[in-house]
Amino acid sequence: MSGEVVVVGVGMHPWGKWGRPFQTYGVHAARAALADAGLDWTDVQLVVGGETVRNGYPGYVAGATFARALGWSGARVATAYAACATGAQALDTARARILAGMCDVALVVGADTTPKGFLAPNAGERWDDPDWLRFRLLGATNPTYFGLYARRRIDLHGATPEDFARVKVKNARHGLANPYARYRKEVTVEEVLASPIVADPLHLLDICATSDGGAAVVLTSAEFARRRGLRGVRLRAVATVTPTFPNTVVDLPDFATDSTAAVAPAQRTFRDSIAHAAYEEAGLGPEDLSLAEVYDLSTALELDWYENIGLCKTGEAERLLRDGDTTLGGRVPVNPSGGLACFGEAVPAQALAQVCEVVWQLQGRAEGRQVEGARVGLTANQGLFGHGSAVILSV
Amino acid sequence: MSAASATTVAPGRRPAVEGWFTTGERPALLGTRCRACGTVHFPPEGSWCRNPRCGGDELEEVELSRRGRVWSYTDARYQPPPPYVPRTDPFEPFALAAVELEAEGLVVLGQVADGYGVDDLRVGAPVELVVETLYVDEDGTERTIWRWKPVEDGAGVGAGEGER
Repeated sequence: MSGEVVVVGVGMHPWGKWGRPFQTYGVHAARAALADAGLDWTDVQLVVGGETVRNGYPGYVAGATFARALGWSGARVATAYAACATGAQALDTARARILAGMCDVALVVGADTTPKGFLAPNAGERWDDPDWLRFRLLGATNPTYFGLYARRRIDLHGATPEDFARVKVKNARHGLANPYARYRKEVTVEEVLASPIVADPLHLLDICATSDGGAAVVLTSAEFARRRGLRGVRLRAVATVTPTFPNTVVDLPDFATDSTAAVAPAQRTFRDSIAHAAYEEAGLGPEDLSLAEVYDLSTALELDWYENIGLCKTGEAERLLRDGDTTLGGRVPVNPSGGLACFGEAVPAQALAQVCEVVWQLQGRAEGRQVEGARVGLTANQGLFGHGSAVILSV
Repeated sequence: MSAASATTVAPGRRPAVEGWFTTGERPALLGTRCRACGTVHFPPEGSWCRNPRCGGDELEEVELSRRGRVWSYTDARYQPPPPYVPRTDPFEPFALAAVELEAEGLVVLGQVADGYGVDDLRVGAPVELVVETLYVDEDGTERTIWRWKPVEDGAGVGAGEGER
């Protein structure tokens, strides 16, 4: 394991709508992760913060904000932003510094405090900002895009609103015993279908909420972990890929795809390429997975991810779900944590929360939701403006 | 840009964004096409080609196909947050469609024309571009936007009408 990076500690602040400063959650998670690792804050040589764009200047300089809150220690600092993929990019920065031999111990922290309702762009007249323009000119919210993807599953693959609802039912059940989940309540298909439609064909209960939360991960070189006798899981891949031109699936916050007039589309869509890059890096494949944490911004999107991460062929995700393959106890449980369905999204913390769950699963510590004998886990997500994120961890 | 000169704008009625579409009898989206490789860009932003193997920096303004086929569709049942400006109070839901323009190899988002909803759409169905009022300014100016209107299947759809 020499030359490798290991995760030696993880920690979270429970997700919710607590309304406190984001630093509160970040510090809580960081201390939990350090305690989990058996390390002190002063052992940390690099702190990487996941930026939050909704909390003013301290949010823009999240790395230093957390370092200051934990007590200035002289540690090196970095801050990363990649929308929903922020945590993976922060993790990648920490991993790279360790692999380069520039430090042995790194702490990665992401935390957010979110307003109620739709995620909206920053204020002001911003005519050169596509994220502002899509609201102004189209009224296109995030669920608009989720609705487009969901409708294609129905019209092309024969998915039904009941299938989408079953994803919510599954994830709600998975998250029942997760102490960090915001929503811990069983939901029925009927309840999902009875909730109001937000963006046809998606109901309110098909779409994830926005939440407050914080997550932290402590990474060290394998050599350091061995020397200090720390328990760790292996960080096998961190894929932070961007799309390949021409990107043919219209992504948030874009008005249009790239043009295929001059260049034929790549063999893999952008979302397909994210996990693929991680598999290549780890020398593993979808058949090796014990579990996956994927970004279920909507229930239908979770089904897209089954195909994007190679669990099945295009158009087969509904069958996988109906057969119970992705339910706890099935062939490859997806979102054993309960996923965004149970958490709601705390943007800069979410990709790290996915990693925390996989670490707990691989160490047999996911009480009430344990995937038996878990050996390899993958996380996948995508941040707007072309940010891929996939992490593979193994025992 | 030249888009403005090609556009006849009636008093009190102006595009919500300049240079993205024409507003004549046969309105069309305005994109830019790379003179070197033919890649088309919408919105017509940027002064260089985004094809990574091209490097062209001469882009010409082109009208995009007025007809295309629905790639997917959805609607907005709740009022979007600012900077969206609602046209009515109370808010009235509207539909959106992503439309594939075959000749340009683009999928372009847009609201769906007034009077049409998700029940009038299906993936693959033909639509045509129209220009309608998005909202009314504080000074009473109607701000217009492109929209996709369902049409009968027929000749011309997907052929791009040769406008590129």
